[in-house]
Amino acid sequence: MSTKKFMYLNRRSSFGTAYAIESLEVVLIAAAFEQDVSLAFIDDGVYQIVEGQNTDGIGMKNFSKTFHALGDYEINKLYVSKESLEERGLTEEDLMPLVYEDEDDDWEEKPSVKVVSNAELSKIMSEQDVCLSF
Amino acid sequence: MLHTVNKSSFERNSLQSCLNAIDGTSVILLIEDGVISAAKNNNSSMIADLAAQGRVYALQGDVEARGISAKLADNIKLVDYSGFVDLVVEHGTAVSWV
Repeated sequence: MSTKKFMYLNRRSSFGTAYAIESLEVVLIAAAFEQDVSLAFIDDGVYQIVEGQNTDGIGMKNFSKTFHALGDYEINKLYVSKESLEERGLTEEDLMPLVYEDEDDDWEEKPSVKVVSNAELSKIMSEQDVCLSF
Repeated sequence: MLHTVNKSSFERNSLQSCLNAIDGTSVILLIEDGVISAAKNNNSSMIADLAAQGRVYALQGDVEARGISAKLADNIKLVDYSGFVDLVVEHGTAVSWV
């Protein structure tokens, strides 16, 4: 089966709409088909991977924990817009420490999240075969 | 009056529309993605004056769900669901800025 480069563009926060959780579902489907998957978090999408989300008070599923499983599906390219973080008073330290095990480097644990400028992100987007927006 | 705002100020202009329309005694309750405006960020100045007057509330469960409890802007008052009900009773007519 041919492999394509898929990018999933996440622009919305987690609980106000179903976009975030639907995106995560589709990401896992693409991973099952062994595609080259990357995720981008821009605008309010950066809130999806903020550390310390607790949904006990709103009766919704805290699917932020699922992001920790992406490394096991060889999804290890999570790009976060530097500008979007800054606008929202957030830094890389406020994000979940998502990691993957690098099979080419003795399964060493490495960070999956990379904060990039919007200019870098546009270059990464231009290298994709498919961009899906959520 | 009680005004509820449930959209992020980064994504929609609901909060700005609300601010344009409220009178000098109304209060704002931020709920759902509206609580993003309760965090310290580039949009904090929108509600800073009202918050300083003690007129901005945010729903605690929604704040915690978004992981921004430690990042709240100054003078935001947190309420739970029963606090929400108290605000409705106290301020009469409620307006939802959806």
